[in-house]
Amino acid sequence: MALVVTALAPKAAADAAGGAPGPAAPGAVPGRVVSLNLCTDQIAMLIAAPGQLVAVSYLAADPRASAMAAEARAYRLTRGRAEEVFLMRPDLVLAGTFTTPATVDLLRRLGLRVETFPPVDGLAEIGAQIRAIGAAMGRAEAAEALAEGVEAGLAALSAAVRDGAVRPRAALYAANGWTGGEASLSGEILAAAGFANAAAEAGLEGGGFLPLELLIRLAPDLVIPSARYPGASRAEELLSHPALGRLPLSPVATDADWVCGTPAVLRALAGLIAVRDSLGAAPADGTAGAAPVPPAPGLAPGLAPG
Amino acid sequence: MRGAGSAAAPAALVLLTAVTLAGFAASLLVGPAGLGLGESLRALVAGGPPGDAVTLIMREVRLPRALLGLMIGAGLGLAGAALQGFLRNPLAEPGLIGTSAAAALGAVIALQTGLAALHPAALPALALAGAAVSVGLILGLAGPRGGAFALILAGIAVSALAGALTALVLNLSPNPFAAAEIVFWTMGSLADRSWLHVALAAPMILAGGAVLTAQARALDALTLGEDAAAALGVNLPRLRLVLVLATAAVVGGATAVAGAIGFVGLVVPHLLRGIAGGRPGALLPLAALGGAALLLFADVAVRLIAPDRDLKLGVLTALLGAPFFLHLIWRMRGGRA
Repeated sequence: MALVVTALAPKAAADAAGGAPGPAAPGAVPGRVVSLNLCTDQIAMLIAAPGQLVAVSYLAADPRASAMAAEARAYRLTRGRAEEVFLMRPDLVLAGTFTTPATVDLLRRLGLRVETFPPVDGLAEIGAQIRAIGAAMGRAEAAEALAEGVEAGLAALSAAVRDGAVRPRAALYAANGWTGGEASLSGEILAAAGFANAAAEAGLEGGGFLPLELLIRLAPDLVIPSARYPGASRAEELLSHPALGRLPLSPVATDADWVCGTPAVLRALAGLIAVRDSLGAAPADGTAGAAPVPPAPGLAPGLAPG
Repeated sequence: MRGAGSAAAPAALVLLTAVTLAGFAASLLVGPAGLGLGESLRALVAGGPPGDAVTLIMREVRLPRALLGLMIGAGLGLAGAALQGFLRNPLAEPGLIGTSAAAALGAVIALQTGLAALHPAALPALALAGAAVSVGLILGLAGPRGGAFALILAGIAVSALAGALTALVLNLSPNPFAAAEIVFWTMGSLADRSWLHVALAAPMILAGGAVLTAQARALDALTLGEDAAAALGVNLPRLRLVLVLATAAVVGGATAVAGAIGFVGLVVPHLLRGIAGGRPGALLPLAALGGAALLLFADVAVRLIAPDRDLKLGVLTALLGAPFFLHLIWRMRGGRA
C-alpha cells in the first residue's frame, strides 16, 4: 500500500535526477518540456522536476477528460498550435501518436525535439509508458518509482478480486453506443475487476459500436455508461434512452479516470471492484454464487490520489 | 383525362395504404438483433415477462422508430404537396426551400442553449419557429407569383445561412460530440429514437397535418387562378398564413427529432400527381401515404445497407430525389424554350 501512496504523491518522490536548467546541449536533460497530449500531460505532471514542465494541453485542465484537472491549472495551458508551442522555446515536446501530424511535422521542421507516445491499450503497458516518458524527460528515477507504485497497486487490487465460478457479464456503453473491447484499456479494467465483457459475445472483441438492440439482446448483468459532458449531443442522448434505463445500470460511470494509463486507473479499478462485490452475492443468472471472499481491508481509501 | 385520374385515386389510396403498412411492418421486423418473426410479433403484441429483452427491443426501440418513420414521412409528403399546390410550382419542397434547414437550426439552438433541458417542448417549439421564419421569408422573397428560379434561389440562400449557423452553434458547443453531428442535422436519421421523441414530434406533425389536409378545397380552387379562387370564397391571405404555420409545424416537429430529411416532399407528389388528376386537394392524402411508405422503406434500407454505421436517411432520399429534381428542371427549361 505504501508504494501506491508514494506513487500517487510524486511531489514527495525522489528528486535526484532533476537536471540543471541551462543551455540545452544535445542529450542533456530537457529543462523546458511542453506536453500536447492529455495522457502524456498527466504522466509528465507526476514525474517532472520542479519548473521542468512548462505547459500542458488545455484538455488536462478539463475535469471531464482529465483525472488531474486541479493539478493542471498550475501550468500554462496550450491548445497545441505550432506557433504557440514554438514561442515557449521547449527543449522537448511530448505528443501522442494521434496528435495532429501537421503540428508535429512543423515543430520538427522548426528544429524542436518531439517525442510521440502511443495510447496505452492495456494495464500491463502503463509501467512501460511511464518509464518511456521518464527516459525522454531525463526523469528515470521518478518514473521508475511511479511505475513500480502503479504495478504494485494493480497487483494488490487484482489479489482482492473475488474470482467466482461465474464472472458477471458487463458491457461498457459510451456515447454513440461505443463499447470498449477486451483489448482496450477500459476492457482490461473491466476484466481485472472480475467481469466478463459482454460485447465480446457480439463479436466486438476489439471494441466498436454496439447497437442498442444488440445490447438489450445480450442482457448483461451490468451496463457501465460513460460520464456525460455538458451541452447536448445526440451521441450522448442515447444514454438516456428509456430502454437503457430498464437494464441494470452501474452506479459508477466511465469517467476521466478511465481515459489514460496513469495511476488514476487504480481508482477506476477499485471503484469497479466495489460494484462487482455488491453484485457478487447474487449473480443475475442465479446459476452459481461467487465464493464470499472479503475485500482487502483499507485498500480503496488508500487509493485516493493527492 | 382528369376524370380518369380521379377514378384512379381511390384504388391508389388502397394500394398506397397497403404499401405503407408493409413498410411499417418491415420497419418493425428488421434490425441488428435479428429477432425471429414469431417471437417479434408475440413480444410486440402480447409482451413477455418483465425485463424480457425481445419485448424491450420491439416496444421501446423499434415501435417508436417505425411510428416516427410513418408520421414524419407522411408529414413531409403532405407539406410538399400543399406547398406545391399553393405556389403552383413543382419545385416547392421543405428541404429545397430551406425550411428543414431552418427548423434544424431552431432545434440545435434549443438543445445547445439548454432551453430543451429546461422544458422538453422548447425543442419542437424552436424548430417550429425556425421553420415558420424560413417559410415566411421564402413566400415573401419569391412570392406566390414568383418564378421557380426565384423560389429555388431564395431557398439556397436560406439553406446556406441556416446550415452555416447550425454548424457554428454545434462547433461552439462544450460537448465534444456535438460538432460531429452536423451531418445528422443536415441529413437526418431515425436511429435510436424513443417514445420521448414520438411525444415531442407527434402533436405538431398531427396538428399541422390535419390543418394542411383541411385546405384541400381551397388548393383545388386556386388551380383556377387567384381571382377565381377569391370568387369561390377562398381567403388568400388567410390561406397563406395557415399554410405557413401548418407547414412549419409539420417540418419543425419532424426535424426536431429526426434532422432534416430532404426530397421526400419533392419525389412523392411528383410521382403521384398524375393519379390525383392534377388536383392538389386529391394529391394531399396520396402524398401523405406515399411519403410515409418512402420514408419507412428508406429507414429499413439504411439498416440493411450499413447495419452498424447509422447511414443517414437523407443520403437515400437525396439519391432518389436529386435525379427527380434534375428531371423537373430539365422539363421546365424545355417548356420555356
